[in-house]
Amino acid sequence: MSHFRFSQERNALSNSPLTISDCLYKLLLMSTASRLDNSFAALADPTRRAILSRLALGEATVNELAQPFDMTQPAISQHLKVLEQAGLVVQRIDGTKRPRRLSRDGIEAMDQWLAMLKNALETNYERLDQVLAAMDSNPKGKKK
Amino acid sequence: MNTMTKMTLKKEGDTHIVVTRRFNAPPEAVYRAHTDPKLVQKWMLGPEGWTMPVCMNEARPGGKIRYEWSNGKGGGFYLTGEFLELVPYSKIVHVERMHLPEPTPDNHVETRFEPDGAGTLMTMRMTLPDAQTRAAMLATGMEHGMEASYVRLEGLL
Repeated sequence: MSHFRFSQERNALSNSPLTISDCLYKLLLMSTASRLDNSFAALADPTRRAILSRLALGEATVNELAQPFDMTQPAISQHLKVLEQAGLVVQRIDGTKRPRRLSRDGIEAMDQWLAMLKNALETNYERLDQVLAAMDSNPKGKKK
Repeated sequence: MNTMTKMTLKKEGDTHIVVTRRFNAPPEAVYRAHTDPKLVQKWMLGPEGWTMPVCMNEARPGGKIRYEWSNGKGGGFYLTGEFLELVPYSKIVHVERMHLPEPTPDNHVETRFEPDGAGTLMTMRMTLPDAQTRAAMLATGMEHGMEASYVRLEGLL
C-alpha cells in the first residue's frame, strides 16, 4: 500500500509543478517567516552586525564583546538579547560565565531563504542571456 | 561559459536586497528585454511547462504591469504593478505585488543598467517591507524556475 502511495506522489510531482507538496512548502515558509523577519531586523544595526562578526571567530563573553565597542555591558547585553530573540545567537552556561556563540539554525534559515531567491533569479537571468543573444543576431530593425 | 555573468545577491539592512548581474549585451538591449512584453515573455518564465500567456507592460510612468503565469493544467498566479520612473536604457523604478491569489504587500524595485565594457552591469534593488512578502517571493521564485534548474535552457527559444 505504501508502495502505491509513493508512486502516486511521484507521479503528481512530475506531472505538475504546482503540487500539494508545493502548497505545504508555502505554509512552512509562512510559519518560519516571522522568525526570519526578526533575523533581518536584528541585522539592521551595525553594532549587532559587528557582534556577529566577532562571534563568527568563536565564543565570547559579554565582557569580551563590550571591549572593542566602547560600550557599557548593559548596552551590549541589550544587543545580545535582540540577537538571541532572532535566533541568531545562543548562550552557554559555564560556571558564572554565559559565553555567547552563533546559532547555526538561525543563520542557516536566513541563508537558505537568500540562496533560494538567488537560485530563482539566476535561472531567469540565464534565460535572459539566451534572449539577448538572439536579439543580437536578429536586430529587428534596431540600429546596430 | 562566461564567468563575467556571475550574479551576486546581498542583503542591505533589514528590508533591502541588492542583486547584480552582468550581461553580454549593451544596456539598450537589456533594458528592452525588461520592458518589451514580447521579450519579457521569453525569459521571466516558470519551470518547464510554464508559460506567460498574459504579459502587459506599459513602459511609461504610471503604466501598468500585469504578468500571468500558467502551467497549462489550470494552475497559475499573477503579478500586477505600476511603473514609477523610466530612464531609457539606464533605470526602471516600479512597484509589484504577487497575487497568490491574495496580494502580497508591494515590493518596490529599482533596476539600473550601466555600460560595462561591451556589456551591461545590472543592479536591482528590491524593497521587501515584511517577512510575508519575502516568503511569498520565495514561493513564487520556486514557481519561477527553481525546479527548472539549469537544464534545457536552449529549449526556451
